[in-house]
Amino acid sequence: MISLSKIRREFQVGDEQVLALRDVDLTIKTGEYVSIMGPSGSGKSTLLNIIGLLDRPDKGSYLLEEEDMTDLDDRQQAELRRHKIGFVFQFFHLVPRMTAADNIELPMMLSGLEPKERKDRVHAALASFGLSNRANHRPDQLSGGQRQRVAIARATIMEPHILLADEPTGNLDRVSGQEVIDIIEALNQKNITLIMVTHDPELGRRAGRRINMLDGRIDSDG
Amino acid sequence: MKITDITKFAFRAATGYPTRTLLMLLAMAIGVGSVVLLSTLGDGARRYVIGQFSSLGTNLLIVLPGRSETVGGPPPLLGITPRDLTIADAMALHRSSAIRYVAPIAVGAAPVSRGGRTREVTILGSTPQLYQVRQLTMDKGRFLPEIDPSRGAPVCVLGHETKRELFGNDQAVGELIRIGDWRFRVIGVLSAKGESIGLDIADIVIVPVASAQSIFNTTSLFRIMVEAVNRDAIPRAKKHIARIIRERHDGDDDITIISQDAVLATFDKIFTALTLTVASIASISLAVAGILIMNVMLIAVSQRRSEVGLLKAVGAPAGQILLLFLAESAVLSAIGAVFGLILAAIATFILSRVFPDFPLATPLWSLWAGVGVAVVTGVLFGVMPARRAARLDPVQSLSRR
Ligand SMILES: Nc1ncnc2c1ncn2[C@@H]1O[C@H](COP(=O)(O)OP(=O)(O)O)[C@@H](O)[C@H]1O
Ligand SMILES: [Mg+2]
Repeated sequence: MISLSKIRREFQVGDEQVLALRDVDLTIKTGEYVSIMGPSGSGKSTLLNIIGLLDRPDKGSYLLEEEDMTDLDDRQQAELRRHKIGFVFQFFHLVPRMTAADNIELPMMLSGLEPKERKDRVHAALASFGLSNRANHRPDQLSGGQRQRVAIARATIMEPHILLADEPTGNLDRVSGQEVIDIIEALNQKNITLIMVTHDPELGRRAGRRINMLDGRIDSDG
Repeated sequence: MKITDITKFAFRAATGYPTRTLLMLLAMAIGVGSVVLLSTLGDGARRYVIGQFSSLGTNLLIVLPGRSETVGGPPPLLGITPRDLTIADAMALHRSSAIRYVAPIAVGAAPVSRGGRTREVTILGSTPQLYQVRQLTMDKGRFLPEIDPSRGAPVCVLGHETKRELFGNDQAVGELIRIGDWRFRVIGVLSAKGESIGLDIADIVIVPVASAQSIFNTTSLFRIMVEAVNRDAIPRAKKHIARIIRERHDGDDDITIISQDAVLATFDKIFTALTLTVASIASISLAVAGILIMNVMLIAVSQRRSEVGLLKAVGAPAGQILLLFLAESAVLSAIGAVFGLILAAIATFILSRVFPDFPLATPLWSLWAGVGVAVVTGVLFGVMPARRAARLDPVQSLSRR
């Protein structure tokens, strides 16, 4: 369960204060499928980053599974990101010098899992995302859809409770975008909480719960 | 995170961008290479000098008349003129159990002639034991005979060069030569070896010590050379010599005893210091390499912002990112150091071909020092870039492609 109340986030741009989030209240239950839509600059990514503990609110409180997130230090937040949260980005953010398998292995390597277990899990993930024959390809040898599938495999390899996707199909053609959505929705079927920012109304409509943002506020929710 | 994973990650990151890294590796290699090579040269010089001195003979003590102030102890009393050392003084030293050989030395220059040729040559008077003390070798004939040292004998041994000058290719052993007003029969010729420091053994005539004293019309000795039975006996031998001579000189300490050990130790110290100095100067180039590492790593951090952001997103705390980037600069400098060692090995090999007589051997410590300093430099200069990486804001790092 994610519970945000009165979340405020402001940025200093030159002399101006930009309010990216204006006292946002939001509760998301475990296993929900939420889409976040809204015009560019309305605060969607900022909201996602705060939920994912990549960014801190200036005001307000954030409870994740009944635990207060706002006063955790960097190390504790990193620990939670590692185990409870998976990120998928519009631009994939694969490490270019690493193969698909190594990219997927990265979170497990950082957390010090045994190499044997890492190998087994990477193997299983590659198979279930249809990437078995791409294991040793570097990102520049993969198509956009394949890259995003590697990124999803990496985001879910630590078996997080929450998957945060910021315009995951924004950089993909229709067909590979659809493949990626199928994968993400299948993960949601297995009770992972799915929060997806998207520009595509058709995609947004697929979610069980649709949030529309406008100028740092939640405009509609339902 | 496992140490093997850290190393692997750092190694891949360091080698993943070869063109950028190459220049830096070169700088580090030159730095480490010059440290190792210069200390090799310095150590070679040390070995060379020590080797030269060692050829004087091992476990050697030299007894000089007169007290040297540099040795310490009370200054000589006014009015006491040091007594000369005599052949009897020298022979008395045989009483010591710590002493194996004693060679009294009387030296001077005299005209030596044979047939029509006359040359001014160093005349060295001594006893048969000079042969062992100076580690001489014979080319022809034999060395001085065992006779009463206080009596002369009209026989002489020629240095290699002197023999060539006086006799050319002719047979010398058995022939007569004239030294000053005296006639001597040649009984042996030294082999060509002699280039011990202090005396040119090649251009010399050796005669019994009493004969030399007659030629120079003196009863004193230039010095006495003593060989202790072994290295451990040197201090004992020194004490015995001082006591025996004091007894014979009415209780006065009027001699100076120099051990070759002390001379060697001094040279050893001087050259070790020299080597270290040269090596430290060379390590300035390592500092330059360190600054280059810093630059390369700063570039790496700014080029890999999104990688850092991603690492943070998948759960790496700031400390881990610091560690990864430090490991990367350590790995970079370690690779550079290995290249440096190879470079030094090649240069040493070439030098040893060009100067085959110079004893070149890389001291082991310089290998460790070179690599150690390189890695420490890499880590030190890697701190700033690594901290910059660790402090990057993940959202901003990820927002750019
Ligand atoms: N790091 C930042 N510095 C300054 N302004 C920012 C920063 N991040 C976001 N903003 C501003 O906050 C607002 C919301 O941004 P964002 O959450 O990225 O919007 P969206 O994802 O909906 O397009 C925008 O006006 C944006 O310019
Ligand atoms: Mg956005």
